[in-house]
Amino acid sequence: MVTNLLSYRRSGVADWIVQRFSALILAAYTIVMVVWLVVNGMELTFAQWQGFIGQTWMRIFTLLTILALASHAWIGLWTVATDYLKKRVIRVAFLGFVGVSLFGYVVWGIIILWGF
Amino acid sequence: MLVSVYRYNPETDREPYMQDVEVAISEGKDLMVLDVLNLMKEKDQSLSYRRSCREGVCGSDGVNMNGKNGLACITPLSEVVTNGKLVVRPLPGLPVIRDLVVDMGVFYKQYQRIKPYLQNSSPAASQERLQSPEDRAKLDGLYECILCACCSTSCPSFWWNPNKFVGPSGLLQAYRFLADSRDDATEERLADLDDPFSVFRCRGIMNCVSVCPKGLNPTKAIGHIRDMLLSRAT
Repeated sequence: MVTNLLSYRRSGVADWIVQRFSALILAAYTIVMVVWLVVNGMELTFAQWQGFIGQTWMRIFTLLTILALASHAWIGLWTVATDYLKKRVIRVAFLGFVGVSLFGYVVWGIIILWGF
Repeated sequence: MLVSVYRYNPETDREPYMQDVEVAISEGKDLMVLDVLNLMKEKDQSLSYRRSCREGVCGSDGVNMNGKNGLACITPLSEVVTNGKLVVRPLPGLPVIRDLVVDMGVFYKQYQRIKPYLQNSSPAASQERLQSPEDRAKLDGLYECILCACCSTSCPSFWWNPNKFVGPSGLLQAYRFLADSRDDATEERLADLDDPFSVFRCRGIMNCVSVCPKGLNPTKAIGHIRDMLLSRAT
């Protein structure tokens, strides 16, 4: 069995399931957004946006999507990095940057969703 | 016909180079690529390549012909030659020892890792372990692999992580034992494969399927292993 501590996971199956499950959530969110945009037209006001995103179910759904996006991106970029970045220093630096960025996006997303 | 062949002798050459040779082939004749290499070796004894059975059984002469891996002995010129030129290179992704001879060490290491032998903890039957014709049929398309390495060396995932990703050939063999009704080490075999590299680095590129000289389907076998890992985990 190949183990890699930097992966913070040991199971390939878990990765595989998370990748597919998060993709489903992202697809569902995309469909909801596109349908809402088509129904409401392109001339949107801030009040309309706030009214839509501010609903409790939409806040939870958006948070779920942000978490799905972060985990999907982490697994994907971790895979790309372990394929193409052969120098350990560069790979660790890159993954560190990705990890911090994704964490930042999640925190920022929560602030936006519950901060207004 | 113009043949461009990869040459490298570590004792005399600083780096590899392509050597262009004009090989005389009688009009209307369709030779195998191995025959062409043999004709070249008659002129230049220093040209090195592996070959043995010359009929696609031993798996020694896997090379890259005009960009596609295959066995030189069963690949006719009419199948690979484009614009009257044949380009022969060693299998990609493995260290070159000399000319078309590659170091297969890492390929065999992955093969060894999947424990390519029957494991059964129950006492041996008095004569032999029997298997129903249906169970035996599950091994068709798996046991025929001759370990020529054409598939694994055409796989980008194997190029990037040859030490961690088992590769199509090794995984086809792994499934050959997972699918065998006489083998009872299924749990240990699966546990050894459940990490992000060994099986899951397969991205379904399917180069392995397109090059396999025996017409086998490693991607399908990898899909079966993935299904087994999924049902084990859920």
